[in-house]
Amino acid sequence: MDDLDVNITIIDRDGVKHNVNAPTDMAMNLMEVIRSYELAPEGTIGICGGMAMCASCQCYILTDTELPEMQDDEEAMLSEAFYVKDNSRLSCQIPITPEIDGLEVEIAPES
Amino acid sequence: MITTDIIIIGAGPTGLFAVFEAGLLKLKCHLIDALPQPGGQCSEIYPKKPIYDIPAYPEILAGDLTDKLLEQCKQFQPGFTLGERAETVEKLEDGSFIVTTNKGTKHKAPVVAIAGGLGSFEPRKPLIDNIVDYEDKGVEYMIKEPEMYRDKAVVIAGGGDSALDWSIFLADVAKSVTLVHRRNEFRGHLDSVEKVQELKNEGKINLITPAEITAVNGNGKLESVEITKKDEAPMTLETDHFVPLFGLSPKLGPIANWGLEIEKNAIKVNNALDYQTNIPGIFAIGDVNTYPGKLKLILCGFHEATLMCQAAYQIINPGKRYVLKYTTVSGVDGFDGTRKEAPKAVVKAIE
Repeated sequence: MDDLDVNITIIDRDGVKHNVNAPTDMAMNLMEVIRSYELAPEGTIGICGGMAMCASCQCYILTDTELPEMQDDEEAMLSEAFYVKDNSRLSCQIPITPEIDGLEVEIAPES
Repeated sequence: MITTDIIIIGAGPTGLFAVFEAGLLKLKCHLIDALPQPGGQCSEIYPKKPIYDIPAYPEILAGDLTDKLLEQCKQFQPGFTLGERAETVEKLEDGSFIVTTNKGTKHKAPVVAIAGGLGSFEPRKPLIDNIVDYEDKGVEYMIKEPEMYRDKAVVIAGGGDSALDWSIFLADVAKSVTLVHRRNEFRGHLDSVEKVQELKNEGKINLITPAEITAVNGNGKLESVEITKKDEAPMTLETDHFVPLFGLSPKLGPIANWGLEIEKNAIKVNNALDYQTNIPGIFAIGDVNTYPGKLKLILCGFHEATLMCQAAYQIINPGKRYVLKYTTVSGVDGFDGTRKEAPKAVVKAIE
């Protein structure tokens, strides 16, 4: 594990748990990390490319890790999405920073 | 029957640029797109977003890119079948194809180029078990003929611009309009939000928030919906129509059943040569295809479109000689009789 990496646990849509390392120096977001490890099939996640304009990268936050506050566009998108829970976030809006080390998330169902 | 040289499925940037490249080879194109306007995602999802990786454009809005691509290919007079989804393909004995849309429009050409991006945009359906039983029997996911709602009770669900705009429009047409949204806030143009507020105050729109439609009921056709407000018991509202407007999501759709090799929700192509699929004569270019090292970038789609056109030329004109020509040298001869060319250099001796 690189010094610049953080450790994240991702539960895929089949319920399988993956422990992955993600670089903090590549301006990546959580949706991109999920795609880079191919934990959800291409075309079913990150459809809008990360603009908070679809909800294909929705995930449930399972730890109390402190995350950047939700912006208006993310909140609005989630208000129209399906399978939304109180702990829903769009993973494309969560940047990979040292602060999120230890984060655990579950990818929401496809809709 | 519409006949052309290349049927292009998908009128996004890759499809539009293919029209230009085909035109240079004197091949005519006809585009089919499920959306009502050309531009694909650039027009539908993010027209106001800037793109920074189009060569020679340090910054260009997605909507402007569409306009410029249309302008660039204009003299090659592409045909358009818009608002219709390519449904089936049939290969004839002479090797040509007939592509038929969901509305029955038929197109015939020796070459098909699928430039379908992420697929065709389909309305997102709310998660209500039996909702399919009432589709077109009171439940519609998009409003095609507003007159259908005249003097009818209509329930609209959603919080975006289309939910707001249609609620406003139907307030003067329908017997009653009920707008249901999961939140108190709406994500729409300020004008629209204010107008809905005004119509609500006048009693012309019945606004129910934060709430969701949780069930649909009726005998053979929709008769009522169940509305559940947050932390309250569900209530039943009689209605003739229920229009859920939750945006569009792309689906590969019927193309997936054309016998093409599919991998990772994309069409496998031969990237060593010409982006042809496993069916000779059918190509896939842009975001819709996949091959080792594929990058879903507009600029890669442009490259793929160019190579596809050269291969299409060989299929359409077997054995006919051709070498790549530069537009700087040869100019551009449009099918509309126009000609673009570099001005001739002035040659004059110094006396």
